[in-house]
Amino acid sequence: MKILRLFKTGIRDAFKGVFRNFSLSLAAIFSIVITLLLVTASIILSANLNNITKQIEKDITIVTFMQKDATDKDVDSLKGKLEEVDNIASFTYKSKAEIKKEISNDSDVFNALLSQFDDESVPLKNVFHIKVIDVRYINDTAKTIKGFEEVSAIQYGEGMVEQLVSVFSVIEKITIGVVIAMIVVSAFLISNTIKITIYSRRTEIDIMRLVGTSNFAIRFPHLVEGFIIGALGSIIPILATIYGYTIMYSNLDGYIFSKMFLLIKPYNFVYLISFVLFIIGSLVGMIGSYRAVRKYLKI
Amino acid sequence: MCDIIIMVINDMEFISLKDCYKIYRNGVTAVARLNLKIEKGEFVFVIGSSGSGKSSIIKMLYREEKPSKGEVIVGGVNVAKLRDSKVYKLRRRIGIVFQDFKLLPNLNVYENVAFPLESFGLKKSEIKTKVHKALDQVGLREKYKSFPRELSGGEQQRVCIARAIVNEPKLLICDEPTGNLDSDTAKEIMNVIEKINKETQTTVIMATHAKEIVNRMKKRVVCIENGVLVYDKEKGTYKTHENTKAI
Repeated sequence: MKILRLFKTGIRDAFKGVFRNFSLSLAAIFSIVITLLLVTASIILSANLNNITKQIEKDITIVTFMQKDATDKDVDSLKGKLEEVDNIASFTYKSKAEIKKEISNDSDVFNALLSQFDDESVPLKNVFHIKVIDVRYINDTAKTIKGFEEVSAIQYGEGMVEQLVSVFSVIEKITIGVVIAMIVVSAFLISNTIKITIYSRRTEIDIMRLVGTSNFAIRFPHLVEGFIIGALGSIIPILATIYGYTIMYSNLDGYIFSKMFLLIKPYNFVYLISFVLFIIGSLVGMIGSYRAVRKYLKI
Repeated sequence: MCDIIIMVINDMEFISLKDCYKIYRNGVTAVARLNLKIEKGEFVFVIGSSGSGKSSIIKMLYREEKPSKGEVIVGGVNVAKLRDSKVYKLRRRIGIVFQDFKLLPNLNVYENVAFPLESFGLKKSEIKTKVHKALDQVGLREKYKSFPRELSGGEQQRVCIARAIVNEPKLLICDEPTGNLDSDTAKEIMNVIEKINKETQTTVIMATHAKEIVNRMKKRVVCIENGVLVYDKEKGTYKTHENTKAI
């Protein structure tokens, strides 16, 4: 019961504390708003960059051309071999007859040219479109595929893919680094602002100590106060994330520059970021308070 | 461990300082080889010039300072060995009156006096009874709704005394309680403290510079000079110690 009363008094005092030093609390809240806006911007940027790179990586395909005179038996044999390769996510097969039909439909010139051949004698090759699981190992996978006797040639943008992958990997690392740096900077800023708020109350903490208040009873209201300030400071960045991102997404029709660069859909994504912002704000608020109070709790 | 501390403090018999030293980090020796015993219910003035070490002694009693060497025993507990996390239990059994009152300006008289009890987690009804009793003892019941800024210096000091005695401590430590008050108000405050000492048998230890009060009240006087005990006399006065040597 005693502990419950302490909790109740602590929460009441925390709310009183926020409003009693309202100008300082407001300063702390604004500092949290600004830093969390930076955090949310960097999270959105980083997550979308990663999403775009993942999309592009997904689109990378190894086009495998079979031997010119490949039979149905060879096709089945190659399918079997491809199923055995580790890094292959999926593959689709197109016979030369299907390819002839597609090309003919696309262009009248080709149609006129290819109509001279029947499906068997057409100078085209049967093709497998292969998607890989991990694009980083595409070279090895391509080498394995090229080694099969049924395969005459492969194409996957050799050289360019590796460059693209390494650029994406650098971008991913940089954006993750930026997000972590932003979180650390915000933690530092928020915790220092709250420290200033608590600093103004050092006399009160001093009196509490001298009249025999336990460290828990001194710390608890301040921790709650840090939580309240942090939570209040996260409201505007959360609203900005939810409404700002949704509006931006619908105005841009869900992509930037071209449909190759698709943005993450707002639903779930914005709520996940909002949750992260709330956690950062309130947790860092509490840590800031804890650090500040600890300084004045020296017996 | 905690239960033992509470039990011993409840049974507070006396205060004892044995071969006690306080040497600060800058090398200043504030207290040197101090031996002092104070019985339960005694009223003791600790006098001495500024920087003599009397505040260090007072602070060691409520563990604001730790002795560098020796023992400081309050109610059977060696406070020097008390863990930091347990110090609050000692302070709950001690009332402290400060020269600068140390009242919270945003709280009214009632809230200031109730402040320690609330932070101990006591029931509201219990707090109300204790606060009104303490305010009665210092004669401030009518002003319980006033804020410190609306009170005179003497009244603020009485609120500070009420806060110190609200938990019915066995020991009342007063660090120059009349230092900021005029002589008439100082007399009033001394009357309040003396009354508490007589009526509740609370041990009172008071650091002071007020010669007139010490000479008038005829209580035990302990004089500290350069950290050394130079004078200790029942019904002592400020005048008589002036030519004494270290004892």
